[in-house]
Amino acid sequence: MSSPAAAPMRTMVVWCPDWPVVATAGFEGVSAEESIAVIEKGLVLACSEAARADGVRRGLRLREAQARSPRLRAFAYDPVRVDRAFEPLITALEAMSPNVQIVRSGSCALRARGAARYYGGEHEAALAFLERFAELGVTDARVGVADGMFAAEQAVRLPGVDLIRIVPEGGSPQFLAGLPVQLLDEDELVTLLWRLGIRTLGDVARLPADDVRTRFGEAGARAHARASGTDGARVTPRIPPEVRESLNDFEPPLDRIDQVTFGVRAAAERFVDELAGARFVCTALRIELTSDRGERRERSWLHPRWFTAGDVVDRVRWQLQGGSTIESTLSAPISRVRIVAETIDHSTRHETGLWGSGSEERIHHGLSRVQSIVGHEGVLTASIGGGRSPRERQLLVPWGDRLEEKGGARSGGGARGGGAGDRARAGAGRVGRAGGGKIEAARTGSGKAAGEAGAKKGDEPAPWPGSIPPPLPTTVFERRQAVLVLAEGEHAVAITERGMLSAAPAFFSSDAAGRQLRALEAWAGPWPVYERWWDAAARRRFDRFQVVDADGVAWLLALENGSWWAEARYD
Amino acid sequence: MTDAALTSSSPAAVGEEIRALQSRIQQMQATKLDTRSVRTHPALEGLLPGGSLRSGAAYSVERSTALVMALMAGPSADGVWCGVVGMPDFGVEAASRFGIDLERLALVPHPGEEWLTATAALADVVGVVVTRLPGRVPDAAVARLQARIRQREAVLIVLGDWPQSEATLRIIESSWSGIGRGHGHLTGRQAMVSVTARAGSGRPRRARLWLPDGEELFRPVLGQVGRATAPVPASAPVAPTPVETTEFDGEGGPRVRRLRESARDSVVSPVTPARMRGVAG
Repeated sequence: MSSPAAAPMRTMVVWCPDWPVVATAGFEGVSAEESIAVIEKGLVLACSEAARADGVRRGLRLREAQARSPRLRAFAYDPVRVDRAFEPLITALEAMSPNVQIVRSGSCALRARGAARYYGGEHEAALAFLERFAELGVTDARVGVADGMFAAEQAVRLPGVDLIRIVPEGGSPQFLAGLPVQLLDEDELVTLLWRLGIRTLGDVARLPADDVRTRFGEAGARAHARASGTDGARVTPRIPPEVRESLNDFEPPLDRIDQVTFGVRAAAERFVDELAGARFVCTALRIELTSDRGERRERSWLHPRWFTAGDVVDRVRWQLQGGSTIESTLSAPISRVRIVAETIDHSTRHETGLWGSGSEERIHHGLSRVQSIVGHEGVLTASIGGGRSPRERQLLVPWGDRLEEKGGARSGGGARGGGAGDRARAGAGRVGRAGGGKIEAARTGSGKAAGEAGAKKGDEPAPWPGSIPPPLPTTVFERRQAVLVLAEGEHAVAITERGMLSAAPAFFSSDAAGRQLRALEAWAGPWPVYERWWDAAARRRFDRFQVVDADGVAWLLALENGSWWAEARYD
Repeated sequence: MTDAALTSSSPAAVGEEIRALQSRIQQMQATKLDTRSVRTHPALEGLLPGGSLRSGAAYSVERSTALVMALMAGPSADGVWCGVVGMPDFGVEAASRFGIDLERLALVPHPGEEWLTATAALADVVGVVVTRLPGRVPDAAVARLQARIRQREAVLIVLGDWPQSEATLRIIESSWSGIGRGHGHLTGRQAMVSVTARAGSGRPRRARLWLPDGEELFRPVLGQVGRATAPVPASAPVAPTPVETTEFDGEGGPRVRRLRESARDSVVSPVTPARMRGVAG
């Protein structure tokens, strides 16, 4: 987004001080004049002027804050409501000037040039904004103008009574030089700089840029650029919300999938066209289906490229039909379909080249067609993950979905419990409960929660001591199959207390009934496996074997609780 | 370049070279007008009719998924997309070890009722379609799919019987090494692969292949020329005990590895280093 070489852009930051407090006071029905603190995770996130006068500071523990200000009224931070309260102000600002970026709730940035031209000067523009804010009931807003976002933000936050503070063009380095180094907002780096005797941003700026980069890396280089006022961060305007969703109400509610998809088609086209009109494409969307009875089913869909109208309709259909066919009736009539774009991107980044984008595009179209026949989860791509059993190691992801999203949505639900717990132990050191690989998890849109146990980051595969040595089985059963192994004289083969075999296996049958009984050529094992011993529900204890039957086919078997299972076959 | 080679070589070598060139020409020229050969794994070149896989043709493989993967390995290494339909038990990791690029592999494990439509739709975009027939398939469906494959110049590999297959591959005998009775673990397999071409195209060809060997490579067993001009009788000395095979692994391994590059030639040409000791020979 920003390149260090880019000259700092003249930026205007509009800031409502203590916005979380103002907003919370607003919807809690208390006066912002009282001593109020907004608490997040037990720490003070923001406090009112009165509380500050009592000594309450941001980052204090709640109890400490209450000790300092006994009359303090503490409210939990509700980001959704706070953001929502800010929304009218942004809309108002957007009506006055384009390209508004929300820095955080309570603060937004815009390019100063256009507004200054239109209102006849930066000061005039700032005044106009403040007047509009005052009309909306926010009287203590402030505006800062400077070269670069960082400088403008520091200008607006500078203590004092001025509502408008303008750093003249080219004056940012000078303005920043006197400010304390703590404003860089990089705790570790700031502590270090402080200990090195660097107290102000000017001190930082005086360090040679190359040395800073060598010593402190990218973060240091960024901090240096900010401190010296050459930070190239640009204002990235937000996308106005109305083009991001499409709402379809059906009256009367529709109870057939084809009717619903037909009803959505026009809206989907409008949705995609509107985005295209704003020069955006949608790469991820959420579909919410509300039925007559008020049930709501929602799920997020990703697209490897971007959604066309047909793709949107397909996703609606897949979400409706689940495993059934298009003609089937729904359990409850659908009264509303809401399509929300979750990720949108500039269409310029997705333009097709002059000669098309080649075969990958063709593949994508073809596979999407197959998906439209067999359903979204019907077409899978594979990659190799971690785990001990061959089935666990296969990560199958529907075509078009990201791998990380679908840790729990592997279609291989065969082996009970999957291997998510194990993988988490090797990977993130967390015990995941995403095992069992339920496709439904993805369908209800909870893919993200399960994703944490999914694919490991990094290129180097983690070692899996105790996994099956190569060669690997060419047939890995989706559901392990019951088989029969017998010793000489048709005696059962079992594992003794000490982990030894009660008798040498001599016969093998690929079905549990023993109809295909034949002699064993060779066998090896038992190799004990004791998985997820920390989890009472998912723990498994079994023994693995490799056997070669008289036909020269080798099998990977498991003996669990006295019964034999075939996990995989080398055929 | 060829001229120079001809003048500087002995007559026997020239004859050899001409034969090699002729076989390559044959490989490139299709027997039928509209077929093109697809890159095939060198270990299978000597076995398949025409010396390679042909686009637009179907091949059937009996029972062995390893052979299916071996067939897919060549095209996949060449950047061709592969699609696997109706095989939920397809071992993906083994496939990657066979040299199949997982980035270019699409799986449709459960096409259900839509088997034919899904397979045909997949054949539109991928170069190699692998499938297993879901029960009985009517002849009309077979003909339709075959026509689609021919039209799209894809390769169809069927695990099981396929009426219009160009060739049928099967493992007639395989022996595993590294595993004994109660000790060791599987390390490699030598398989006798037999290929029966479409009726009337001659006798079955056979070759002994590592499927795979101790280093997960898939290659011909050296020292045993697999060109079945002299077919191995069914009662050929087979099934070495696992102990013998392990012994071979121990002493022949490094040399075998060094000669891997020339593996391609050793299938087709009888010039094989006599000192290379075969296993079953």
